[in-house]
Amino acid sequence: MIRFEHVTKVYDQKSRPALDAIDVEINRGDFAFLVGASGSGKSTFIRLVLREDQASRGSVHVAGRNVARIPNWRVPRMRRGIGVVFQDFRLLPNKDVFSNVAFAMQVIGKSRASIRSTVPEVLKTVGLQGKEKRMPNELSGGEQQRVAIARAIVNQPGILLADEPTGNLDPATSVGIMNILDKINQNGTTVVMATHDDDIVNSMRRRVIELSEGRLIRDEQAGEYTAMIPIINRDGSRELRMADPLAQAIAPFDTEEDEA
Amino acid sequence: MRLAFILGEIGSGLRRNLSMVVSVVLVTFISLTFVGAAALTQMQITQMKGFWYDKVEVAIFLCGEDYGSQTCADGAVTDSQRSAIKGMLDSAAVKPYVESYEYESQDQALQHFREQFKNSPIVDTVTADQLPESFRVKLVDPEKYDVINELFSSMKGVDTVIDQRELLEKIFSIMNIASLVAVGIAVVMIFCAVLLVATTIRLSAFSRRRETGIMRLVGASKLLIQLPFVLEGVIAALIGAVLASGTLWAVVNYLIQGKLAVEYPDTAFIATGEVLLVAPGLLALGVVLAGVSSVLTLRRYLKV
Repeated sequence: MIRFEHVTKVYDQKSRPALDAIDVEINRGDFAFLVGASGSGKSTFIRLVLREDQASRGSVHVAGRNVARIPNWRVPRMRRGIGVVFQDFRLLPNKDVFSNVAFAMQVIGKSRASIRSTVPEVLKTVGLQGKEKRMPNELSGGEQQRVAIARAIVNQPGILLADEPTGNLDPATSVGIMNILDKINQNGTTVVMATHDDDIVNSMRRRVIELSEGRLIRDEQAGEYTAMIPIINRDGSRELRMADPLAQAIAPFDTEEDEA
Repeated sequence: MRLAFILGEIGSGLRRNLSMVVSVVLVTFISLTFVGAAALTQMQITQMKGFWYDKVEVAIFLCGEDYGSQTCADGAVTDSQRSAIKGMLDSAAVKPYVESYEYESQDQALQHFREQFKNSPIVDTVTADQLPESFRVKLVDPEKYDVINELFSSMKGVDTVIDQRELLEKIFSIMNIASLVAVGIAVVMIFCAVLLVATTIRLSAFSRRRETGIMRLVGASKLLIQLPFVLEGVIAALIGAVLASGTLWAVVNYLIQGKLAVEYPDTAFIATGEVLLVAPGLLALGVVLAGVSSVLTLRRYLKV
């Protein structure tokens, strides 16, 4: 569904590339976590899939097509096949829940009848039935994110990209969001989720793709992720240290899958 | 559905940016009014040319006492000189050029003068012997003035030969300058209007970046994202153009037709029909200017 072939993205010639020769393939129906510290290239990865940016070298294939070969005027059509969810929800504050979701259908010219039948269905999927008339500021963070997810999937995209969807939510609410994403994935949608949240990654046990400074350093099925490791020093004091991905015993390099 | 959506977007854009939209309307209104005024002035000139050139005559002024010119060195025109001039006008050489001619005595000249300047105090101080007698010659082709001038200006008893067209040319050149000034102001104002449209569209795009961002993500076409902004500018400019046309119509209808044409029934003035000719041009100009400047602005400030 998504295939990166030796993709390098350079924003600024002087600094290191945001992505450095990435090879990865995410298959139809996969659920993949994209993990790594801030600045490791997760957002660039998502931008390249959306063709918000183009790769400096290498090629990005989405749904079997090389995105660099898609003419500009066809890009909107390509994006209809991808749903996106962000950490900051990005709802329209002056529209109610129903209209926020309907907006995604309106702008691609869906008929009023199909909007009226589809939107309540999708709202039910994300557990927001009965809240159609609420405004975004009357909703909790978790509910707002559900609206955003509903908007992302209302046009039935084959791919759902989630950029830190639980970044602004507490753990209990995050579990609810993850359940929805899991349900969407079980319906056949490929889900790629960029996250920092170790708890979620570790409890979901799905594929983990880890980036560090633009390089792919780990790609394993049912992986774990630890952003920070508490260390107890000799004098009994505790501190947090960044996990050194190469030193993590549970993280053998596993890139054979890409070549397969 | 999409049409309703686009109209809704335009409506919200116009409401959010009301002050900027009003300024776009006013600037296009004023600039297009100047453009229209320049066009109407040109039409007025053409109209007057057509009207007056039919009426203008060549005046052959005869000598009076103590006229300075060379041909008048012998003093006032004599009867024999007068009839020689008259004979020349009737001669075979001149006849084909002349449609008709009339003799105007000093008394008649005074009478015409009094009619022409009846509102001026100068009338009472002028007497008949201060005004020259003349032959008023109407030419078949007013362009052939030189022939008459050559033949008569050197004759004894002729003071000067004057082509009235020259007097009109002066008026026309003043009107031409006025219309050029109007065009100059219009150019500056149109420049302002273009910049203002660009700024307005930029602001509008900025204040709606959340919507456009979401539209982009869910795969709305470039046209659907940009069209509301372009139409916003175009609508504002169109309102300005309508106001400009209305103003020109009012000026022509109430000031020119309602007042000037009544006070000076002898002169041909433009009518509201001319405004109807100019108005579509103004509307088109407004639409094109706003459309082009908003498309160029969006290309830079609204990534799709």
